[in-house]
Amino acid sequence: MDITALLIVLAKALAVVAVLMGFCSYAVLAERKVASWIQGRIGPNRTSLPVISAIPLIGPFLTRLGIFQPVADGLKFLFKEDPVPGHVHKTYYFLGPILALVPALVTVTVVPFGRYIDAEGVVSPLMLANIDVGILFLFAVSSLGVYGIILGGWSANSKYPFLGGIRASAQLISYELTMGLSILPIFLWVNAPGTEGTMSLFRVVEMQSGAWFVLWQPLSAFIFLIALFAETNRLPFDMPESETDLVGGYHTEYGGFKFGLYFVAEYGHMIIGSGVVTLLFLGGWNPLPWVTLADVAGWFGADFHIGITGAVLSVLIFLGKLCALVFLFIWVRWTVPRFRYDQVMRIGWKVMLPLSIANLIFYAVLIAYLDTR
Amino acid sequence: MIDFFFYLFAFLTLGGALLVVVSRNAVNAAMFLIVSFLGMAASFVLLEAYFLAVLQVLVYAGAVVVLFLFIIMLLDTQGGERKAFKMLPGVAAGFAFVLLIMGVLSIFGSDALTDADSASVVATGSSLKAFGYQLFTTYLLPLQMTGFLLLVAMIGVIVLSKGSGKGGKEDES
Repeated sequence: MDITALLIVLAKALAVVAVLMGFCSYAVLAERKVASWIQGRIGPNRTSLPVISAIPLIGPFLTRLGIFQPVADGLKFLFKEDPVPGHVHKTYYFLGPILALVPALVTVTVVPFGRYIDAEGVVSPLMLANIDVGILFLFAVSSLGVYGIILGGWSANSKYPFLGGIRASAQLISYELTMGLSILPIFLWVNAPGTEGTMSLFRVVEMQSGAWFVLWQPLSAFIFLIALFAETNRLPFDMPESETDLVGGYHTEYGGFKFGLYFVAEYGHMIIGSGVVTLLFLGGWNPLPWVTLADVAGWFGADFHIGITGAVLSVLIFLGKLCALVFLFIWVRWTVPRFRYDQVMRIGWKVMLPLSIANLIFYAVLIAYLDTR
Repeated sequence: MIDFFFYLFAFLTLGGALLVVVSRNAVNAAMFLIVSFLGMAASFVLLEAYFLAVLQVLVYAGAVVVLFLFIIMLLDTQGGERKAFKMLPGVAAGFAFVLLIMGVLSIFGSDALTDADSASVVATGSSLKAFGYQLFTTYLLPLQMTGFLLLVAMIGVIVLSKGSGKGGKEDES
């Protein structure tokens, strides 16, 4: 690989990470805004930039929406004094936030966010690395993210963060199995007899040009979504953090930039998770069930489904679904109360796991019948 | 280039493994175990066995070490008494080490490595389909024996954690 190709790959990767970071910061704003709307408040509406806010009508409108709030939040995280408590294990205290953030950024490499059809009609995915074991790679790397939380909790050398870290490890183990089992029916269906086996997410989306998987495997989608809530430590499963009984959970002793890294990592996991749900169950960049972008272009008698416009449209459809799912995450957080810790464990092992195994067996039999008919 | 990466990952694997053994702090040891596993996974990638590499990270680095850490933190092994050296485990460890060295030497001494041209060896781990097919045809017996061993271990865990029959349920939390 020569230097130019390497630089192009690097630029692409940086661009994708930059977009992901932008999404993370605006997901924080969305969280604050949606939370305030649900609670009958207004939310952040004061932060303004010198020039843009001075534009009549648009400026005040954007300010009231809180569009500039993430800039202020980011600057605060960067420049806030960041003292290191004297009683912590220094190495792991510094390692924790990094270990939390890096896996969240690495997983984005295997997420296809759109597709490009060239003049010959060859479809290629828009993604950083189209590898054969896509979804497994994603699970593997994102499962490493928990070390950031465990080590952060342990290194703080005090009781509440420690409990948060312990809870994180137990919760991750409990729901990872369920998560893996819930998507197996999809890959049983994607890898029909006679095809070359693959676990690529791109192939899954291509299979959903007809019925979306959420329509004929609703239980798989439901189980996966619940496991995802648990894996991303979102309410009602935010055991590692649960601020009512653990002060701040694993990040009690963190402040400033290091806390900011944990924060971004949490939202990064949430956004990637929403993207994966979109790809696995909600048809990826297909606008409607049984309707592909090509069909839509056919209605208008145009061919905007190919080339650059098609690629942009597919990315926009994908991001639209992703944002809707992020909204669902936030909506659930401010609506459903937190489970107790023993309830989380009981639900994980005595309800979700048997349910996902039953789901797998049911769809395995059904798919075997359909494939051999 | 491949050589450089091989030495890098081999160094990570072996160095990590060595540090696991010599670390005083159990949490450090667990962290080095992750480094070792990641190095091993990277070596699988060099062999184009992507599926195995991913499973190595997913199962061992992602789940098994999390359990290790969970136990280490719950037991709080800091500052425990160091046990005195005993003769029998030492002899057993030495014997096992000699066996291991002999095994490696016999592999290097045999013609098995030089005979097969590395390009003609079919990489069954590279394709998911080929991997699954091999696993459930050629290697079915080892697979089932591994499964049986895991089942035995699982039953053993249940028996041990339930205690010796009476009042076993009280420490369930």
